[in-house]
Amino acid sequence: MNKLVLVIGAAALLAGGFYVGKSQQAAPTVIKVDSQPKAAFSSGGAEEVAAAGSGAVRAWETPTTGALVVVKDGESIQEAVAAAEPGTVIKVMPGTYKETVYIDKDNITLSGVIEAGRYPVLEGEGVRNDAILYSGNGVTIENFTITHYKGNGVMGQAGNNFIIRNNIVVDTGVYGIFPQLGKNGIVSHNILSGIEDAAIYVGMSENVDVVHNEVFESVAGIEIENSRKALVENNYVYNNTGGILAFITPGLPIKTCGDVIIRNNFVVNNNHENFAIPGSLVSNIPQGTGMIVMACDDVVIEGNIVSGNESMGIAFTDFALASSAATDPDSEPNPNRPVILNNIMHGNGTSPAPAVRAILAAMLETRGPDIVDTVGMDDGCILNPERFRTIGLDKYGECDFDTTMNVASYTLPERVPPRNKEHLETGKLVYYGICAGCHAYNSRMIGPPAQIVQALYMDDPEGIAAYAAEPVKKREDYPEMPPQSHLSDEELMAAAEFMLRLDK
Amino acid sequence: MSRVLRQALALCVLCLGVAGAGAGERIRLNTDCPPGFELSAGHCELRSLYQRYASLQDAGVGGLKTGLPDYRDGFSPRQIDLGRYLFFDPLLSADGDVSCASCHQPDRGFADGRGRSVGHDGQLGTRSAPSLWNVAFQQRLFWDARSGSLEQQMQGPLYDPVEMANTPAQLLASLNGVDTYRRLFAEAFPDSYEPAQGITLEQIYRAIAAFESSLVSLNSRYDQYAHGYADALTAREKEGLNIFRSFVARCAECHTPPLFTNQQVAVIGTPEPEGMAFDPGAEVLGESSQRGGFKVPSLRNIALTAPYMHSGRFATLREAAEFYTLGRGHAVPEGEELKIHWHIWEPQLSDSELDRLVDFMNTLTDERFKPREPALLPSGLAPAHRTTARGGELASGEQNNE
Repeated sequence: MNKLVLVIGAAALLAGGFYVGKSQQAAPTVIKVDSQPKAAFSSGGAEEVAAAGSGAVRAWETPTTGALVVVKDGESIQEAVAAAEPGTVIKVMPGTYKETVYIDKDNITLSGVIEAGRYPVLEGEGVRNDAILYSGNGVTIENFTITHYKGNGVMGQAGNNFIIRNNIVVDTGVYGIFPQLGKNGIVSHNILSGIEDAAIYVGMSENVDVVHNEVFESVAGIEIENSRKALVENNYVYNNTGGILAFITPGLPIKTCGDVIIRNNFVVNNNHENFAIPGSLVSNIPQGTGMIVMACDDVVIEGNIVSGNESMGIAFTDFALASSAATDPDSEPNPNRPVILNNIMHGNGTSPAPAVRAILAAMLETRGPDIVDTVGMDDGCILNPERFRTIGLDKYGECDFDTTMNVASYTLPERVPPRNKEHLETGKLVYYGICAGCHAYNSRMIGPPAQIVQALYMDDPEGIAAYAAEPVKKREDYPEMPPQSHLSDEELMAAAEFMLRLDK
Repeated sequence: MSRVLRQALALCVLCLGVAGAGAGERIRLNTDCPPGFELSAGHCELRSLYQRYASLQDAGVGGLKTGLPDYRDGFSPRQIDLGRYLFFDPLLSADGDVSCASCHQPDRGFADGRGRSVGHDGQLGTRSAPSLWNVAFQQRLFWDARSGSLEQQMQGPLYDPVEMANTPAQLLASLNGVDTYRRLFAEAFPDSYEPAQGITLEQIYRAIAAFESSLVSLNSRYDQYAHGYADALTAREKEGLNIFRSFVARCAECHTPPLFTNQQVAVIGTPEPEGMAFDPGAEVLGESSQRGGFKVPSLRNIALTAPYMHSGRFATLREAAEFYTLGRGHAVPEGEELKIHWHIWEPQLSDSELDRLVDFMNTLTDERFKPREPALLPSGLAPAHRTTARGGELASGEQNNE
């Protein structure tokens, strides 16, 4: 860890409101038996999932039409994607594929075939940017080995209903798996290592489960950033610089983070040297950190084994950790309403990073805490606080629920609809959004008025659609119409029918 | 020409416009919506294929099939058309020498082709005129994001002594002095116009905002690709798109589709032209960590609006793209401590990758809905925006692109 990081880390903890002389005075342990059952956990995400109806957990798949394409070693995956209709399953045989694959259409299943341990390998050779980019709604990416890319392994830009599972992502660039700006997604059963920022990074997304992954030897293991309704469960997260993060990064268009459950993970020995890119936010993470919650609200931490993290187990903090970035007046900096249910914490803080050690020394301590709240939140809660070595939790109360297990998933039981329900009339959108650039109802623009077109094609929308796709010069006094073949047949027909109905 | 003489001339032309009467009477406000809008209960509502799509938290940022951010629409056709006349009319400036269109020229992507804009009396401003294409979608305005509405924003240039140099009182007096404008405002604002009171500032601002909000550009070849027509882009342009959204170049992290801006303030540390003082940008709003921060501009129609960055330092898109690969903070002046954005790093883009990025940015051009310039202005003044000279060819970014 370089010197700058140390200084910033120290500044983060100092700015977090520690004061010298305050040591970890534990109150006398209270031995008691609860006579009343605890309340049931509820949250915005829990209510949304429940309201969406019951169904098996994470049981939906990317829809298929039954179309199947097989790509063999030596062939191009991208060519198969380019030729595929929505609903196609593309099976990729074991072999080495040196390309960037991009999926800009809906409902594509990209599925590796594994034979006796041999995977299809996407090989970046240290020269290609990203292995797989997708923006379509409904994508499955599974059973690949991805290695040696400079950017990301798998990167989504706004596709909903994504499934990224059973992949091995090793020694590849900035993020291993990075769905961004998507709703309803599953990241499960992936193995990731050697990533210089977050191995699994859920950015500005909603309703995402990150479950059953093995994540190690990266700077940040799993990061939930500016996202809502995320479940991080049953992951094995070890020997990263920091294990699991829930962050608001300031300056992004989605300003909030919240409703995150971090449950039943192994967060163990995250003591790897910080090898992040200078200037990145994760370059500020002290080596030996189990979890950090920065500014993210309503984070529940339950049932994790957090052990052997040499600086500290769990830290709640504000933007002090992000002091290398410009602040954002529109993002609230505190980690509001933190909830710490029962966790197993063992052997944390045994060899704090120098920056953390400096802070501790001022408090006449040498060992890092299991749990620290650098802000000193007064709306947090914790169960059995006497079990842990804590700093800054003086104002935490007792939680009124003791488990979130009534929430099996933050994904929705069905796929979210791909289209905006308010604007389903394609013909109107195409007509006004495109055709009206040249055609007005009753006055001459670049093309003839719609009224004249109506007179010519009274009951013949097919005629309009066919002409618009392949126009020929008809009128001496008008320029030739440019072909509108970029529109689909359905869009052309819908616009033609709308044009014939137009009355103003 | 002295200021007095020019004012006299402007007023004289004004007198002719009023006294001559014949010309202005021919002006009729359009009762149809501009292209891209549906007339619904007297109001023009935006229509776009992008309305088929949703976006996360309705933020209007995402990928190819992502819904639009919040936007301004719902103006009447007459308000929009009245705004068009006002926009091109130099009567809105102190001496009748500058119109809105002087710095926002339709044929220059609604910018002016200059590094820094020229205003009243030939004075040089401090920043580059931003394009007005798709300004209806902008939540914050000005390079430093200091304004939250078009109505508020336009009072900047209208009354800035370096720009249009007018005053509210003179603006009202000038417009109310023109019979045709009083008639047109009465038609455009039937509910609020009172003959005794005459034209109000609110009506002026609303009409110009209405026109500006009609400048929609969402039909580029990129858009055809986004809506599903794979052949809309060439192989090189698709390669450029993939570099653009890759996590090596990271362009799309801030220039996020569909508007190609995430509308945030970012500190990226571009250099000023030689000899120009460092511009503190958004720091003036009171947040010291945003020193040197500017609003991420939309890249739509970007090929039309060279030179680039807030003070026009870069003459070409190629130079602008290359800035991002020359090293984090490489152009920050000595002694400045800037909180450079974390996405500014060292992507080491190759020459051919930079070329492909330019290829892709060139696909974002669409002027299909460019409005017509009025042949005749209600004031009787001649349009001024074509006489504002452009300072020769843009060749290098190092000197001032004036």
